[in-house]
Amino acid sequence: MSILLDTSTRVIVQGITGREGTFHAEQMKLMGTQLVGGTSPGKGGTNHLGVPVFNTVEEAVAGTGANASGIFVPPPFAPDAIMEAAAAGITLIVCITEGIPIQDMIRVKDYLRGYPAAHLIGPNCPGLITPGVGKIGIIPQRITSSGPVGLVSRSGTLTYEVASALSSSALGQSTIVGIGGDPVLGLTFADVVALFEKDPATTHLVVIGEIGGSDEERAAELLGRGSRLKTVAFISGRTAPEGKRMGHAGAIISGNRGTAKSKEEAFRAAGVAVAETTDDIVSLLR
Amino acid sequence: MKLLEYQAKEVLASLGISIPPGRVARTPDEAARACSDLGPVAVKAQVPVGGRGKAGGIKLARTADEARKAAEQIIGMDIKGFKVPLVYCETALEIDREIYLGFTVDRDARANILMLSARGGMDIEQVADEAPDAIARLYPNPWRGPLDFELNGLVYRAGLGELARALTTVIKKLHRAIPELDAVTAEINPLVLTKAGEIVAGDAKLEIDDNAMWRHKELEQRYGSVLEGDPYEVEAKKRGLTYVSLDGEIGIIGNGAGLCMSTLDLVQRAGGHAANFCDIGGGARAEVVENALSVILMNPRVKGVLMNIFGGITRGDEVARGLVTAKNNLGMKLPLVVRMSGTREEEGRAILKQNGIEPGANAWEAAQKIVALTRDSDVIEPLRRGASRGATSPHGGEAS
Repeated sequence: MSILLDTSTRVIVQGITGREGTFHAEQMKLMGTQLVGGTSPGKGGTNHLGVPVFNTVEEAVAGTGANASGIFVPPPFAPDAIMEAAAAGITLIVCITEGIPIQDMIRVKDYLRGYPAAHLIGPNCPGLITPGVGKIGIIPQRITSSGPVGLVSRSGTLTYEVASALSSSALGQSTIVGIGGDPVLGLTFADVVALFEKDPATTHLVVIGEIGGSDEERAAELLGRGSRLKTVAFISGRTAPEGKRMGHAGAIISGNRGTAKSKEEAFRAAGVAVAETTDDIVSLLR
Repeated sequence: MKLLEYQAKEVLASLGISIPPGRVARTPDEAARACSDLGPVAVKAQVPVGGRGKAGGIKLARTADEARKAAEQIIGMDIKGFKVPLVYCETALEIDREIYLGFTVDRDARANILMLSARGGMDIEQVADEAPDAIARLYPNPWRGPLDFELNGLVYRAGLGELARALTTVIKKLHRAIPELDAVTAEINPLVLTKAGEIVAGDAKLEIDDNAMWRHKELEQRYGSVLEGDPYEVEAKKRGLTYVSLDGEIGIIGNGAGLCMSTLDLVQRAGGHAANFCDIGGGARAEVVENALSVILMNPRVKGVLMNIFGGITRGDEVARGLVTAKNNLGMKLPLVVRMSGTREEEGRAILKQNGIEPGANAWEAAQKIVALTRDSDVIEPLRRGASRGATSPHGGEAS
């Protein structure tokens, strides 16, 4: 079992004929993901990577029965692509695109209220992977393995680092979800934690947060109210200065808000082990 | 992009909001002339951070001489790491009342929040802590903006009902900065009710979303280059790097923002201090590594460099060869420790070692290594001297 992505997930890629879309759609297919089609306006009716290409998501859903989509289109077009997917009935929307203006995302979030069944992951994220089953996004399959650990993170490479450490310590993963580094996101830590809580195949959980916002605190609160998962949290940016954006658009301490200290304290208060370094995650999880 | 006060006020004026007469001065003489033309003025340091009043960056001047003296003191002053490039000389207002008006992105609500308070002229965070009820709040619909009755409600909740008509007009104008300019913060504090009964922006803060600059090229052209800021950050931006200056002695390069941030944390844990944050993204191509290294080596405080590269798909031997080339091209003499993982990482480490680069098996070990290497100043100083002969940077060049 897993969360969000399982054997019944039928995936399309929006922007499948682009460079990034092509490369990653192929990787997704290679690991066994049910890639059923893609969209690329003006190229409807053709074939790409052995699957049909459609002009619109609506046509793709009608033609393939797709229920999930990976979005690989540039920032000016990505907000519309997310809303198009939701309007067409897609329930798992994964937006990899980095650099979407925040006001566009605020409007998208408002629009998505009309589609409560649609789960958005990202933007500015590596996507998600259920080892052995499939993936939507760019997480390398090589560093993952199947098992009982749920992993949720705001950072791409840090996710890879931890997944790789878990895999080489025989701690396989149920599903890995990269929620993204932007300030206005789809699913939050708390949303994903709640999903893992309900997944019988997940018994352990790793939460990788970073400075900025208070989503980690919200997830800690949720875990503090009672959880069956053995959880370890790690926060990067302990030494980051106030007011500086550390690479991710959302990684910024504003005044005294969004510090690593506040997040670590919230997890400790909830009875969650906090790892000092990524190397400690494995030993704390055991 | 954070605008300076005078720039933000120009933008507010273009949205139809009243601002006091004022003029930019780059020299003390220009400040003196501004004062003779405008009368008594406030001479204000132009920096993109708060707290300039406390730092001595705002002085009142009644005469041209006083304005000249004030500008002499303020221009070139360091305020929270920013060298003041120019001052704004602005007619002093006859204040009847000070109001707070602003909006920002409420990250928790994933929405814009409009805030209005009768307690203007104070730090709004402080008001929020001490008397949260003194701030009236509104979350406008992001597609159609605030409706008239919503704004009216906001003004009455703030206890400013008698100014309802004038204030709702100003709020609507300020709100235009969201859909039209991609503002993520716009603040007028204080919004001044003058003794003559006018509503004027006493100060202004405006930040435009960096991710949206592609649709506001005119703002970038007009305001983007005024502020010099940190020289290494400026150079890094020119080279297309994600770079933040910090005040330590160990240069940091990582691929991925989270990984890079955690590397800074490890260095501090090992007893050192990072000189910068530099995320070179996926792949770790030789050209990008060389760019990052050359910006880091511009900083004379840097005593050594730590690279943390997690290669999901990247090949370790390729990264290692690129690194050696970059190091040789730059004639780099300072210690360089590299933690690298990926396919063929063993081969990669061997290549590094053969070329005088210390490989680290994991990030924590690598952080401890670089801290140890940079602490030993007997090793560093001769290297620094040797490298600086005929070189263009303290660490590089063709010498030796």
